[in-house]
Amino acid sequence: MRHVDIVDLVASYDGTPVLDGIVLGIDRGQIVSLIGPSGSGKSTLLRVLMGLLPPKGGHITVDGDQIDYGKRAQVRHLRDRFAIVFQQYNLFQNMTVLSNVTIAPVKIKKRDRREVDREAKDLLAKVGLADKLNAYPDELSGGQQQRVAIARALALKPEVLLLDEITSSLDPELVKEVLDTIRLLAGEGMTMLIVSHEMGFVREVSSKVVFMADGRVVEEGAPTEIFDRPQQARTQEFVEKILRH
Amino acid sequence: MWQRLIEEAPAFFGYYNLIFLAEAAFATFALSAVGCILGFALGFLLAVTRRTLAWELVPLRAVAFLFTEFFRRVPFLVTLMLVFFFFQTGGVDLSVFTVALISVVLIATAFIAEIIRAGLESVHHNQWDAAAALNFSLWQTLWHVVMPQAWKIILPPAFSFFILFIKDTALASQIGVLELTYAAKVLNNKGFSAALVFGSVLILYFALSYPLTRLGVWMEARLATRRHR
Repeated sequence: MRHVDIVDLVASYDGTPVLDGIVLGIDRGQIVSLIGPSGSGKSTLLRVLMGLLPPKGGHITVDGDQIDYGKRAQVRHLRDRFAIVFQQYNLFQNMTVLSNVTIAPVKIKKRDRREVDREAKDLLAKVGLADKLNAYPDELSGGQQQRVAIARALALKPEVLLLDEITSSLDPELVKEVLDTIRLLAGEGMTMLIVSHEMGFVREVSSKVVFMADGRVVEEGAPTEIFDRPQQARTQEFVEKILRH
Repeated sequence: MWQRLIEEAPAFFGYYNLIFLAEAAFATFALSAVGCILGFALGFLLAVTRRTLAWELVPLRAVAFLFTEFFRRVPFLVTLMLVFFFFQTGGVDLSVFTVALISVVLIATAFIAEIIRAGLESVHHNQWDAAAALNFSLWQTLWHVVMPQAWKIILPPAFSFFILFIKDTALASQIGVLELTYAAKVLNNKGFSAALVFGSVLILYFALSYPLTRLGVWMEARLATRRHR
């Protein structure tokens, strides 16, 4: 059984269709990368999965159970198992780094504060921020904020981690620190869905690469299939363009 | 003139006048306090209602919108009259003080709802998204994430409104509520000099609004800072 199965998913923003019948299966422990031109619906797909944008059609099953995004209880249950790292980090500006990571486990999941604190400190150390526990988001660089966001998502111990263009607003040196963090996680068997423009990284970590355009999945396959032997003309064009520079 | 004031003073500050002024001051205080506190609570609910997304709440959002826009546009005096005649035609016999209380709450709710709405809007949408993705409920999102960031936008205009509002309660005198301005007119009509009467009332208004200003400053220092170390 697929861990996450997306069938004929349709979604739109204010009447403009963005996802136009997405079909995508993700196995447990797989790392699936979504690539494609801007506006192809990659980030929207993550938002729909997370329940931030209600789908207009199709369905999503997790471990074989269909998710009804109109039902609060089901969305809550889903958000207990999924975590997302946003492109713009979306750290809580009024909280310290440590609070950003601990607030959901403590206040929402009602876990023991001391235990959560210890885990959060471990996570932040793992992403190289042990000395920034009491800093506020606006005192950190983009790469540091991004890593706090990753630690915040991981503190929830998600089954599925969604990563939305987590390196797009970083300078090249920071890209490396963030990607190193993801590599570390990839080795631990978490299911991940990654939207990325870092093709070298995508090629290296992905078990499957999915090329999207105009709200549809054009082609999917192993990294070597997509990057070296793309079948569809649209994919060939995209791959050629990105490999040229 | 000073001589006249000094001559009048013992009679003016007599026991019954002081009781009369104290009662009036209490009415002004009660109207302001109930208006500000209930207005804040209800205004907050209206602003939050307008911020909800569920389609089931569309009618509620429409009511919140219409209420806010209507009562912000109607002059205070007209609201007083509206409430007064609304209950009179309905055959409900309310004291003028109750009518004034209802009016101040209506007005304050509408104005504060708009101030709080602006505060909520000032918080970046990605903060709401992050909270939703972490399974925060609406109230948890407001309490832990949005309000701590919105206070600095809400508090300054809210307190300027409160201070204007204390003075506006004087309009309740028009329907016969014994509050400070009404009391001043009564005492003036009794023959006490305007300078003495309105001077005393001025000091009483100041005594009511100054602590409020201090409270505003204190709350801004406590709530509107982004640093809670």
